[in-house]
Amino acid sequence: MNHPVQSGHRDIRNDLLLIAEMVRPGSRVLDVGCGDGTLLEYLAREKQVDGRGIEVRQAGVNACVARGLSVIQGDADTDLDDYPDAAFDYAILSLTLQATRNPRSVLRSLLRIGRHAIVSFPNFGYWRVRAQLLLGGRMPMTAALDDPWYETQNIHLCTIRDFDELCAREGIIVEQRIAVNGHGRREGWQLSGAAANIFGAQAVYLLRRRAP
Amino acid sequence: MSSQDDKPGQDDKIDQIGPGQRVTLGETLPLRLDCGIELGPFHIAYCTYGRLNADKSNAILICHALTGDQHVANTHPVTGKPGWWLTLVGPGKVIDTDRFFVICSNVIGGCMGSSGPADADPRTGKPWGLNFPLITIRDMVNAQAMLLDHLGIPDLFCVIGGSMGGMQVLQWAASYPGRCFAAVPIACAARHSAQNIAFHEVGRQAIYTDPDWHAGDYFSHHTIPRNGLAVARMAAHITYLSEAALHRKFGRNLQNRERLTYGFEAEFQVESYLRHQGSTFVERFDANSYLYITRAMDYFDLAAQMGGTAAGGNLAGAFQGSRTRFCVVSFTSDWLFPTSENKAIVRALNAAAANVSFVEIETDKGHDAFLLDEPEMFRTLKGFIDGCAEARGLNGGGK
Repeated sequence: MNHPVQSGHRDIRNDLLLIAEMVRPGSRVLDVGCGDGTLLEYLAREKQVDGRGIEVRQAGVNACVARGLSVIQGDADTDLDDYPDAAFDYAILSLTLQATRNPRSVLRSLLRIGRHAIVSFPNFGYWRVRAQLLLGGRMPMTAALDDPWYETQNIHLCTIRDFDELCAREGIIVEQRIAVNGHGRREGWQLSGAAANIFGAQAVYLLRRRAP
Repeated sequence: MSSQDDKPGQDDKIDQIGPGQRVTLGETLPLRLDCGIELGPFHIAYCTYGRLNADKSNAILICHALTGDQHVANTHPVTGKPGWWLTLVGPGKVIDTDRFFVICSNVIGGCMGSSGPADADPRTGKPWGLNFPLITIRDMVNAQAMLLDHLGIPDLFCVIGGSMGGMQVLQWAASYPGRCFAAVPIACAARHSAQNIAFHEVGRQAIYTDPDWHAGDYFSHHTIPRNGLAVARMAAHITYLSEAALHRKFGRNLQNRERLTYGFEAEFQVESYLRHQGSTFVERFDANSYLYITRAMDYFDLAAQMGGTAAGGNLAGAFQGSRTRFCVVSFTSDWLFPTSENKAIVRALNAAAANVSFVEIETDKGHDAFLLDEPEMFRTLKGFIDGCAEARGLNGGGK
C-alpha cells in the first residue's frame, strides 16, 4: 500500500490526493469502488463536493454510511447502468479498472454518467514490473500490485501505453495524465509518454468525452 | 410555538388507547381516499416525544408496520410491553428525543384510536365494520400530512419506518418530496409481491371463515373472530422470522414433554410459540382492521401510481428531481421483503439521480430484525441521521 501523508484532519493516500486535486470545488462526484469512503470524506470536507459512492464490499458500505456518506453496495461492472447520463461532474474509478470484467464498457459508463472521468490504475509497464518478469521470470509484485497471482483481483492489467491507445480508439480526450512513482507521489518532472510508461508505478487520468 | 403545545380544545387525551393525543381532522376539507370516497371528519391518534425546535426543523415522523401502533417509545397501554421501537427511539439513542421531535400516529384504518372499522361510524354511532371505506398506503400518508398541518409542522427532518412503515416512507418521498429532508425505508418494497399478497390472503381467509366474524359485524353479536385472527397472525408470524432463527430458537424441541405423545396438542415448542403469538394478538388487534390494513399493503405499487401498466411502471419517475436524502436498509435473512426488493428501490433512486445510501445488514433474524437489537443497523442509521442533521444545521455548535 502507498504511504499516507498528513492532510487536514485525516491521512489520505497520495494517489487519492492527486485525484482530489483534479476535482473542481462544489461539483457532483461519484466514487466507484469508494472503499471506506476516505476520498469522499476528504472531497466533502476540503472541496464541498456533493459526493456519492459505490462499494462492492458490504462492510465498506456500512462503514461509509456510518460516517454520514451516501454510499450503496454495488459493482462497477453491473451497477453503473442505472445512473442517468451526465448525472455527475466526475465519475472516479481509483485502482479498480484492472479488476473489472469489462474495463472498456466500464470506461464508457463512467464517461456517460460523468462529464469527466478520473481513472487511476497500476502501470504494468513500470520498470520494476518489467524487471521482475524479465529477470526473475515470475509474476511481478510491487507496492501497487501487492497480491500474489493466485489471490489477486486484477484480471485486466494494462500499461500506460495500452490505456492511451484505448482512449484514442474510443475517442476519449485525455485532459491530464499524471505518472505516480513507487511512493504514490507525482514525479517531480512531467514525464513524456515513453518515460511515464517506464517510471510510473501508477497513472492517474482526467478524461472527458469528445464533444458531441 | 417552541414546543409540542397542543391546540386547546382540539386534542383530547384518551385514556383507553394510552398516552398521547387524538385529534379530529377533515372537518372542513375531508380526506379524499384513493377509492374515491371522501372521509371526514376522522380521528388520528398519535404520540410525540421530545420537543419541536423554534425553526420547526427537527421533526421525525415514524411510520408503524402492519400490526404496530403509535406507542413507539412508551409502555403499551394494552399489553404493558415496552414501546415497539424503544431500541431505537429515546434520549441519547439513534433517534435522539433530546434533539428531535418524534411523532408517530396510528394509521387510518387502524384500531388504536385512529378512524378504522372498529371506530364508530358518525352516521350510525355503531362500529363501521365493513362499511369503512377501503384504504391505501397513500391514504395513510395523506392523513399523516393533515396531522402535520394541524401540528403546524411544515416539513419533516426525517421520515422513517420498516415494512409497511417503509412503504409509507416511500409514499411520503413520492407524494411530498418537499416535506422530506431525509427518508429511511427499512425492509420494504415499492410494491407488494404476489407471494406477499398470497400470504395476506391466507390470513384474510382465516378471518372470513371464522363463524364469529359475522361478515365483519361481530360487535353487534358481542363476539370477535378470535380463532380466525389468531390463525392469520400465526401464518404471518412465520414470514417475519427465518428458518435459521426458528431453528436456533426451537429446533425440534418438544413442548413440556420428554417424548412424542402421538396427539394433536402442541407437541413441539414452535407450535406452542405460534399458538401463544396468535392468542395474545387477538387481545390487542381488531380483525377487521387486519383485513383493511393487509389490503392497503396489497394495493401498494408506487410505480403503477406513476401511470405505469399493471406489468410495471416507471418507479424512478416517483423520485424524479427529489432532493431528499435516502437510506435504504435491508436484512440478509428477510424473505418477506428480501434485499432484491430493496435494491430495486435503490436502482430507481439512482436512475432518478437521487441521493441514496443502501446498507444490507447481516442477520439471521429475518424480517423482524428491524424491530430488534441490531448494532450494525443502529451504527449505520446513526451515521446517516447525524450526517443529515449536520446538513440541516441541527447539530448546533458543540457536539
